[in-house]
Amino acid sequence: MNKFVFDFEKPIVELENKIQEMHELAADGKVDISTEIDQLEEKAEKLRDEVYSNLNRWQRVQIARHPRRPYTLDYIERITDSFQELHGDRLYRDDRAIVAGLATIDSVPLAIIGHQKGRGTKLNIFRNFGMPHPEGYRKALRVMKLAEKFGLPIVTLIDTPGAWPGLGAEERGQAEAIARNLFEMSTLRVPIISVVIGEGGSGGALALGVTDRIIMLEYSVYSVITPEGCASILYRDANLANKAAEALRITPTDLQELEIIDEIIDEPVGGAHHDWDFVASNVKKSIICKLEELKKIDIDELIEERIDKYGNIGFFDED
Amino acid sequence: MANWFKRTSDNLEGSKKRELPEGLWVNCKSCEAVLYAKKLERNYYICPECGHHMRLSSESYITLLTDEGTWKPFEEGMKSQDPLDFRDSKKYTDRIAASMKKTGRNEAVQVGEANLDGHEIVLAVMDFSFLGGSVGSVVGEKISRAIDRAIQKKRSLIIISCSGGMRMQEGVISLMQMAKTSARLTRLAKEKLPFISVLTDPTTGGTTASYSMLGDLNLAEPEALIGFAGPRVIKQTIGQDLPEGFQRSEFLVDHGFIDQVVPRLELKQRIAEFLLLLTAKSPSFKSVSSSSEKEGGSTSED
Ligand SMILES: [Zn+2]
Repeated sequence: MNKFVFDFEKPIVELENKIQEMHELAADGKVDISTEIDQLEEKAEKLRDEVYSNLNRWQRVQIARHPRRPYTLDYIERITDSFQELHGDRLYRDDRAIVAGLATIDSVPLAIIGHQKGRGTKLNIFRNFGMPHPEGYRKALRVMKLAEKFGLPIVTLIDTPGAWPGLGAEERGQAEAIARNLFEMSTLRVPIISVVIGEGGSGGALALGVTDRIIMLEYSVYSVITPEGCASILYRDANLANKAAEALRITPTDLQELEIIDEIIDEPVGGAHHDWDFVASNVKKSIICKLEELKKIDIDELIEERIDKYGNIGFFDED
Repeated sequence: MANWFKRTSDNLEGSKKRELPEGLWVNCKSCEAVLYAKKLERNYYICPECGHHMRLSSESYITLLTDEGTWKPFEEGMKSQDPLDFRDSKKYTDRIAASMKKTGRNEAVQVGEANLDGHEIVLAVMDFSFLGGSVGSVVGEKISRAIDRAIQKKRSLIIISCSGGMRMQEGVISLMQMAKTSARLTRLAKEKLPFISVLTDPTTGGTTASYSMLGDLNLAEPEALIGFAGPRVIKQTIGQDLPEGFQRSEFLVDHGFIDQVVPRLELKQRIAEFLLLLTAKSPSFKSVSSSSEKEGGSTSED
């Protein structure tokens, strides 16, 4: 679990290791060091609070990309009673970078669609690093249309570095696929919610993100471009990603201040990878709550609100 | 999606060169012919030797496409704010100011009402010389208001795109302009008003992945670079050179994403022809579409 330790976490891990050692020492029963252990644990607690409440935006990006962070299928496993995956866009193939299917959450039937990253090299390649081709977006839209036809609400889970920039993706119309989703999602006649669970990478993320409510996990990010990409263009140096991350304002708090998102879901201290069940249960609660809220709104009204929700985003001066 | 900013800003210099003082000779990048700048300008920046289409200013597109004296711009005074207080090597506000000074315009798109061969239209023309035609709050808002105006006045909408994508300096706010404009277009579609999208060199990133690809008809100028990811990024990803003609207009026609490649000087006539067809409204067929409308539109039948 602790195989991946960020630099900023090292003092915490060192302290935790020391506490562990002392516990082992105390287990012999030869010396009583329980006071010392208590003191150290208190210190560790304080250090954790200090470190994690003062993370800069680039450190948050690291957490959003943590290899042990729960992915779409990890959430689906924890929040649904049952899940049936649906494959393929009916046009070209099945894109494994997006998972889509029908499920129930607390007996409420709905459609779930999310970007899917893979853990480890082999699975990452299988999932194409969570970077979809056009057929992924077209599969997502097909399942959304299916949900609309049968009156099922839709939940999308967003977690991608971006849409795949490759030859096939361009040949098969990456831009058209994304544009089509933005267009079609905005008038789906069922409630739709998006939860950014990790990386909200640009248009590739937004293609699942035109929704009545936008929710972000505490350590997720949402950005027009990766900090590395921004740094290499604007600062001509990808190593200045930390600077770019600050400038781009990509955290849930930033997006709340810019009045783009509706809610931030709490994660365990240090990030979702510390406790998958805890964060999944928070996600589940939030989804149920938002669906209850949306259920009460007349669908024609909801669609107009959805179009206006995005219509209201922007900062400009007139004359 | 804003990745192509760098590449496009290289091209920016090209367009700047072409605007330099009179009497200057210009090299055609395609056939290397040496061309007299004034003559090139009169020819709407199409190389008389090889037909290569160079970048054209929004003013020139307006002259090219609208009937004389009919252009009535709106929202000309709208200006960017700096919501993120963004600075890289320069402050965003300085970049905006410099672009305003250079172009004499407030933003990267002009919108207005006009007549095109007698057809009443709302026209939006993007301008690459303003921060690479990048889309931030103002461009998103002006495009959205152009859509609203078309609905309000029951006019057809024509958008001429020329853009490197979303504007990084407005972060996720610019990203959301993709959703904003695309969502707004559904209202135009609901009114069954035509939207003709014209893609010019270059149209990439989030611009392509939103309104530019959503025309009832998508037309493109010859050999325009059109795509989502920029060639440089794709090349990096696949680690090899890109095939000849990749992501050019003709390639997009071949792959089914553009209806026609239309040479610049034929654009006006072609658009007029399409508008005539799309707004003909033969009475006997019109009733068919309005009865299916009552079913509630975009459900299973679509
Ligand atoms: Zn030439």
